[in-house]
Amino acid sequence: MLSDKDRIFTNIYGLKDKSLKGAQSRGCWDGTKGILEKGKDWIIDEMKASGLRGRGGAGFSTGIKWSFMPKEVGDRPHYLVINADEGEPGTCKDREIMRNDPHTLIEGALIASFAMQAHACYIYIRGEFVREAEALQAAIDECYENKLIGKNNVHGWDFDFYVHRGAGAYVCGEETALIESLEGKKGQPRLKPPFPAGSGLYGCPTTVNNVESIAVAPEILRRGASWFAGIGRPNNSGTKLYGISGHVERPCVVEDAMGITLRELLEKHCGGVIGGWDNLMAVIPGGSSVPVMNKEQCDNAIMDFDGLREHGSGLGTAAVIVMKKDTDVIKAITRLSDFYHHESCGQCTPCREGTGWMQRMMHRMVIGNATVEEIDLLEAVTRQVEGNTICALGDAAAWPIQGLIKHFRPEMEARIAAYQAAKNAAA
Amino acid sequence: MPKLTINGNEIEVENGLSVLQACEQAGIEVPRFCYHERLSIAGNCRMCLVEMEKAPKLIASCAMPAGEGMVINTDNERVKKAREGVMEFLLINHPLDCPICDQGGECDLQDQAMAYGGDKGRYTEAKRAVPDKDFGPIIRPFMTRCIHCTRCVRFTEEVAGTSDMCGTYRGDYTEIGTYVEKAIETELAGNLVDLCPVGALTSKPYSYTARPWELKKTESIDVFDAVGTNIRLDARSNEVLRVLPRLNEDVNEEWLADKGRYAIDGLTKQRLDRPYVRKDGKLQPTTWEEAFAVIADKLNGLDGSKFAALAGDMVDAEAMFALKLLAESLGSKNIDCRQDGAKLDASVRASYLFNTTIAGIDEADACLIIGSNPRWEAPIINARLRKRYINHGFKPAVVGPNFDLTYKTDYLGDTADVLQAILDGSNPYAETLKNASKPMLILGQGALAREDGAAILALVKEIADKYGFVSDEWNGFNVLHTAAARVGGLEMGFVPAEGGLDTAAIVNGGAEVVYLLGADEIDTTKLGNSFVIYQGHNGDAGAQCADVILPGCAYTEKDGTYVNTEGRMQYGYKAVFAPGEAKEDWTILRALSEVIGKKLPFDNLVQLRAKLVEVSPTFATPDEVQPAKWENFGVKGDIAATPLTSPIHNYYMTDPVSRVSKTMAECTEALINPKQRTGTNG
Amino acid sequence: MSNMNIQQPDSFEFTPENLELAKQHIAKYPEGKQQSACMPLLDLAQRQYGWLPTAAMDVVADMLGMAPVRVYEVATFYTMFNKEPVGKHHVQVCTNISCWLRGSDDIVKAIQETAEIQTGETSVDGLITLAEVECLGACSNAPMMQINDDYYEDLTGEDAARIINDLRSGKTPKPGPQNGRNGAAPLGEPTSLTGDA
Repeated sequence: MLSDKDRIFTNIYGLKDKSLKGAQSRGCWDGTKGILEKGKDWIIDEMKASGLRGRGGAGFSTGIKWSFMPKEVGDRPHYLVINADEGEPGTCKDREIMRNDPHTLIEGALIASFAMQAHACYIYIRGEFVREAEALQAAIDECYENKLIGKNNVHGWDFDFYVHRGAGAYVCGEETALIESLEGKKGQPRLKPPFPAGSGLYGCPTTVNNVESIAVAPEILRRGASWFAGIGRPNNSGTKLYGISGHVERPCVVEDAMGITLRELLEKHCGGVIGGWDNLMAVIPGGSSVPVMNKEQCDNAIMDFDGLREHGSGLGTAAVIVMKKDTDVIKAITRLSDFYHHESCGQCTPCREGTGWMQRMMHRMVIGNATVEEIDLLEAVTRQVEGNTICALGDAAAWPIQGLIKHFRPEMEARIAAYQAAKNAAA
Repeated sequence: MPKLTINGNEIEVENGLSVLQACEQAGIEVPRFCYHERLSIAGNCRMCLVEMEKAPKLIASCAMPAGEGMVINTDNERVKKAREGVMEFLLINHPLDCPICDQGGECDLQDQAMAYGGDKGRYTEAKRAVPDKDFGPIIRPFMTRCIHCTRCVRFTEEVAGTSDMCGTYRGDYTEIGTYVEKAIETELAGNLVDLCPVGALTSKPYSYTARPWELKKTESIDVFDAVGTNIRLDARSNEVLRVLPRLNEDVNEEWLADKGRYAIDGLTKQRLDRPYVRKDGKLQPTTWEEAFAVIADKLNGLDGSKFAALAGDMVDAEAMFALKLLAESLGSKNIDCRQDGAKLDASVRASYLFNTTIAGIDEADACLIIGSNPRWEAPIINARLRKRYINHGFKPAVVGPNFDLTYKTDYLGDTADVLQAILDGSNPYAETLKNASKPMLILGQGALAREDGAAILALVKEIADKYGFVSDEWNGFNVLHTAAARVGGLEMGFVPAEGGLDTAAIVNGGAEVVYLLGADEIDTTKLGNSFVIYQGHNGDAGAQCADVILPGCAYTEKDGTYVNTEGRMQYGYKAVFAPGEAKEDWTILRALSEVIGKKLPFDNLVQLRAKLVEVSPTFATPDEVQPAKWENFGVKGDIAATPLTSPIHNYYMTDPVSRVSKTMAECTEALINPKQRTGTNG
Repeated sequence: MSNMNIQQPDSFEFTPENLELAKQHIAKYPEGKQQSACMPLLDLAQRQYGWLPTAAMDVVADMLGMAPVRVYEVATFYTMFNKEPVGKHHVQVCTNISCWLRGSDDIVKAIQETAEIQTGETSVDGLITLAEVECLGACSNAPMMQINDDYYEDLTGEDAARIINDLRSGKTPKPGPQNGRNGAAPLGEPTSLTGDA
């Protein structure tokens, strides 16, 4: 287990002083100027060396992503955009950073912007996070007042940090949908290419990073890449904010090492599965978009990108959703199908039409009003959506159902049989 | 010039093409719904998915730039399966009402379902239905059929510039429509019907009228403005039921303005279908023989100077030419094709043509619009200006009516003194013109059809000369006509000869016998003392004041030649027969000439057209524009301080046909009257 | 989905204070990119009017130089814009997976019974509108609900009923976890950040 000295988010529960002064007393904004003075190439190399992989779900190397930006600023300004549209079911970690440890994020934004030669950063916060946006804005205001950011700040890199609130659309967590939304349009994902690093916000070179990816950067650069890289397993390094929800005794958000076992994570921090480990039925380990794992897989699941991929799932946002034995897992996955149907932007055909079809079939599966052959049809529909859409929402809608069918087909068939039996008895 | 491999064959394509376009060049058809080459790329329908080597997923070929070394597969099992999947998704919420759908037989969804549709439906859940909506008199929506390709949204946003359509809500609740119920406000609305790949946006006036396979298709030229839009007339039995645009990149691309498309119902109303003569003050039906006899009697012994002829706005060049020769044979110099009295100089071609050409707009980098509202005078040209505005960011300046042209303009004022200030350099716009390398100007009939028109023409020419509008490669001087017949008339010299009477003198009663060839846009109040012969197809102002009516053909009922505002000569062909006893116009004049003993020197259209070529080479080169020499024109003089206006006050009613069209009346009620009531027009 | 049957006001005008705030929003974005302020301005209009009428969308379109349809698209795409009136307290219960696993059905039921409304309805006194919504991003504090700008977390049915009753009697219930937790820390003894740093 990670020891407190290796924790980056020292006030994640908001128990300590959240002000600038408080944050500084815990090490924030310490030597920031010195970091900038080492130059953008050093920063990007160090980020690469740290092995930090994006914390928003896709897990792409943050340092490499930063290096995709044009080396020099041409006639178009560069932008950093921070993705705080936290809406993946099960995910609730960025909220804690913004409301309790905002200075890690602001400092990270300055450093990242400098590394990518951006003078402005927009943070796109989901609209429902009103209080979180207020807390972050208060911290930003403090930084402006103390000339940590803004024009002619003490760090010598002009930098403006703007809060932009969303208004209720999960799909805006997709980086190009987020950019569209930030430009004042419907949040419909863009076609790629072009990629944001070439043409993003306002057609300018843009990098979109998750809140946590940015917020861990200052500490990585202060302590050195090797420190971060030394935590966890190769290619899966560092610390990570886990959000555990569902059927554990004490759900929480906690920072721990990458590579911790699922069981240790649940038992050390959450009081374990309700009714004990053997009462576990299933876990969705990385937010709603990754496939569900059954008990056998959970028994030896390691919480990092590669560890979960081995089980056909993924780390995603490290949002661990725990389901105990008596859970109606078909209904649980149906709830996710409702979600993706509700959140499909409607732009491309397979997702617009497929999410509705899948959702309607799942509702029949919950009560068993279907035929066994329709399980195969449902599976076929998920395959017909998967891979054919503009963004990953279609895939995300397909995978939970695929996971359900893969691991819990007997339950689905039993439900169908029971429904038929009840119907026959009534007739 | 990237080289790529498509289905195993290497092909080299131009830079900037998409994979879909490259496939087309390789002769491979890629199905699509959302992609349209004149609209921005949406990539949303996913029908054009193809396989690209090294890409983990299939790619939307419409959105992927063709790149060097790409290896593309369009016809393997994986691609086929994906397209079948997309097709199935499109069909699950599409109603099965093809038997009653107007799009039936020309529906992209229907066609592509033949290739990619399953043999039975697997979808057993509830289908989506969208409540009926009202989009005004042109478009009849059935949004339950919509497949959300967003072509209509992009068209109104990008081409029309009126932003009528939008996609509201999201997911499978997405609704394409106007959100706030209202009539579609663009003069190009009918194109939405053409663009819609399914039967969601259908033509309201044509609703449930015909099936495409029942229609006889005839190529023609639109005569409701001077653009010369290439059209196709679709007729069944003896009625033109609909008009569609034909592709012509140089003229109308693939668009058609609503009047040209929808005023045709006026062709079945108030038609002059038999000859009339006035007896005892009342028009009485008669025979051709008697009508000719009455005219012959009137002309017998008449001095040529007492005969005058006016040509209207929609007549074919052949009829005008026959009338011109007839007038000359009578010894008359009193002919005019300029009903509005525009001070156009027929002796210098460059002075009355749209010299830049319509396609030339795509190269212009500045534009000065004078006394014109191109949106209503020539919606297709206005769309071309908008396209240039979108692609190049050029911002036209306007002197004259301040109207919403659908693109941003610099409004300089509405009087000619602004032009003077541009000429002397005191108006800031002079700077823009000075810096432009390909400046153009558009001079409307509103600036020419006034007393001082010739002086304005001279002044504008000075501007053109001073600011380099004309060079060896570029002519930025443009006159925008509103009448389909006008340039043809000018090319053949249908204007008063030296000492002859012009329109103003003729309508003031200056002639004893006045021959109106489809001329209705004149003040007829002073024609009481003149003997008026009206030849035309719809009973309007001219027929009302006539002493003899000779029933002619509308453009759909005859082969005819029209010269557009650029000076481009084009042929239209006969789609249907004229009603009743009406005859093709040149034949009427030919027959009359014989009755009065002045037999015209041709017996058929071929001979007539050969004579036309002798008068002007324009008539020798169909579909082309012969560049005009830059010479002197205009007459310097005083210019009044009265505002420059547009001749059109209601786009939907400008001529004898559109004035009796029910659809045009509905458009007027829905789109013009509300604004005139609130004074927000323009 | 169309809300055109809702009684719409003829016009809408920002208050001078909100006009000032609108300008501040617009100023966040580069010259010529004021369309970015579309969502902030719609939010401002909704806060002022209580919900978002079409007239307000038109005003925003005009202020930002946008075609009205582009604003309609935005206003209807995002679920937080209420195109019809809502009660004084807009109660949005998350019923997504994490909350459902921990009893959000009970929360919905308790509110339905307390406020005597079904989901999607507004109580007769106009105070409470109940909605079931997607994940609100407080999953470790499930089940939870949002009332206007505040989150109420770690709820039981009794908590939800008490909060609704408090709101109806004019009291201001305390937002946040209702079971004594600190934020997203595990209930009870801390397992991290115990002070060994």
